[in-house]
Amino acid sequence: MSLRYLLQRLSTLLLVLFGVSVVAFSIQPLVPGSPARVRLGVQATEENVRILEEQMGLNRPLPVQYADWVGGIVLRGDFGDSLITRTSITDEIVRRLPATLALAGVALLIGLLIALPLGITSALKPGGKRDLSASVVSQIGVSIPDFWMGILLILLFAETLGWLPSSGYEPISEGFFAWGRHVLLPALTAGLISGSIMTRFVRSALLEVLGMDYVRTARAKGVGPRKVLTKHVLRNAAISIVTIIGLQMATLLSSVVVVEIIFAWPGLGSLALTSTLQRDYPVLQAALLMAAVAFTVINLLTDLSYVLLDPSIEYA
Amino acid sequence: MSVTTPSMRDVQEPADRGRRPVVDFARRFVRHRLAMVGTTIVLLLVFVAAFGRMVAPYDPLAMDFTALFAPPSWAHPFGTDEFGRDIFARVLYGARISLQVAFIAVGISGTAGVLLGLVAGFLGGWIDELVMRFMDVLFAFPAVLLAITVMAILGRGVGNAMVAIAIVYIPIFARVTRGAVLSVRGREYVTAARALGKSPFGIMLRHVLPNAIGPIIVQTSLSLAFAILAEAALSYFGLGTQPPDPSWGRMLSEGRGFLQQAPWMGIFPGLAIMVSVMGFNFLGDGLRDLLDPRTNRN
Repeated sequence: MSLRYLLQRLSTLLLVLFGVSVVAFSIQPLVPGSPARVRLGVQATEENVRILEEQMGLNRPLPVQYADWVGGIVLRGDFGDSLITRTSITDEIVRRLPATLALAGVALLIGLLIALPLGITSALKPGGKRDLSASVVSQIGVSIPDFWMGILLILLFAETLGWLPSSGYEPISEGFFAWGRHVLLPALTAGLISGSIMTRFVRSALLEVLGMDYVRTARAKGVGPRKVLTKHVLRNAAISIVTIIGLQMATLLSSVVVVEIIFAWPGLGSLALTSTLQRDYPVLQAALLMAAVAFTVINLLTDLSYVLLDPSIEYA
Repeated sequence: MSVTTPSMRDVQEPADRGRRPVVDFARRFVRHRLAMVGTTIVLLLVFVAAFGRMVAPYDPLAMDFTALFAPPSWAHPFGTDEFGRDIFARVLYGARISLQVAFIAVGISGTAGVLLGLVAGFLGGWIDELVMRFMDVLFAFPAVLLAITVMAILGRGVGNAMVAIAIVYIPIFARVTRGAVLSVRGREYVTAARALGKSPFGIMLRHVLPNAIGPIIVQTSLSLAFAILAEAALSYFGLGTQPPDPSWGRMLSEGRGFLQQAPWMGIFPGLAIMVSVMGFNFLGDGLRDLLDPRTNRN
């Protein structure tokens, strides 16, 4: 990978992050009503609202407010205070981030456990019975709304069988078993859906490699089917599969937002929704910014890993 | 020295080759199983949205306190909810809201995205950079969060949900269109039209867009599926369609609270969403198979 390509990508990243921060910042001036009003409540007098606005620096020019906001985040990691709870937003995010990451991680694992075997078996015999049933399952998975999948899993595993709790969270410090019982249903919800999406990608990545000349050559010279698969096909398909995982991590983030809300999972997604419903906009700004930064960085790393893994791709 | 100017007849445009391709396409479309299943579902959905009111056995808002949480039966095929409202009637009415939001939202985002992608791809240069970097910024947010944010700014309600969904999908349309435009921009018929002195805008609409339309049509169908999902999600969160209007997402969030007493409240609206989304997905995938020469058709 040339240094020039890397620098070019990094400068685009900075540009996009700047745009992202402007969009996140602009929530506050765009929403109707003053943050001071939200903090003081509907019964506060105009006079008091004005005084608080002045204290909060809301009457300064917008570029100054933006610079102040971004400066606080970049230099001190300080997102400001919540309008409702009046506590530090940074503390809240630090508390919730592990929950979101854990949920996304387990979901990705479940997704891969579904997608790899299903994708590989259906690619080995395209048009066969397994391939058809895998494609039906993945079509359903792609079309099923995540919140409905959550409801169905709750109906089955919580309401009917009573095996797992229907919502809530236990930190992993309370014991792995308690944590696992709570993470399983939400992770299964997001994981089943992402697994069915990935199955399609794994299948087509494998089919592409299977059609290559070197696979035909390996078969022709008498290499056994298992060895062809592990030594030639999987190794070469790995590049595309890594990319799929990267892309899925970004999509999973979006899905996790929804899943967190259904299962009352205390992560960044549910934080974004509660802050929207409570009009606690500084918190929404922070959650949005964090998610977008994660999203952008994951996408960049995916692209870079693609270039690193595949020597035949050279970007000037 | 004689200079031969290329006439428009020498460089034939794929989109201009008469009626045969249309007939040909229709024939292949009818034979494509996935596309036909998708079309059937979509047509059924449109029918339900248009005439559901006449078919519905009950008023979707009528409460019946003698039949609270009634399980599915002949009188109430999908059961009733916590106010004794007929869920079948509410699902039928919900189709109209879902489709309306999906079509309008995709209409807005498609128009805006296609125009942006067309201009960016055809003109290139700094305009391309500017437009596409802005699209990158919008694309950097997880879709659901971006929609929630737009709703936070605009306020709750079904109209604002359409705008929110439209904004989320503009970058996808812009990217797809730009990609398609780049692939036809250098073709002979575009060069010929330029040489003949036609205006850039005229060339874009008359020559570039018609030949880049395939991916856009596919994207439209897939986006309709996404839009139905997004509307349901926003309504589930309490941001989209407001009560008492029957929206599938809203019905599911109401059902979430009564899963033990009335599991049917959490089943049928979700089934309706899934089938509709599947319809548009099938249609989109089928169209992609048929319009993209690179995918093999089996």
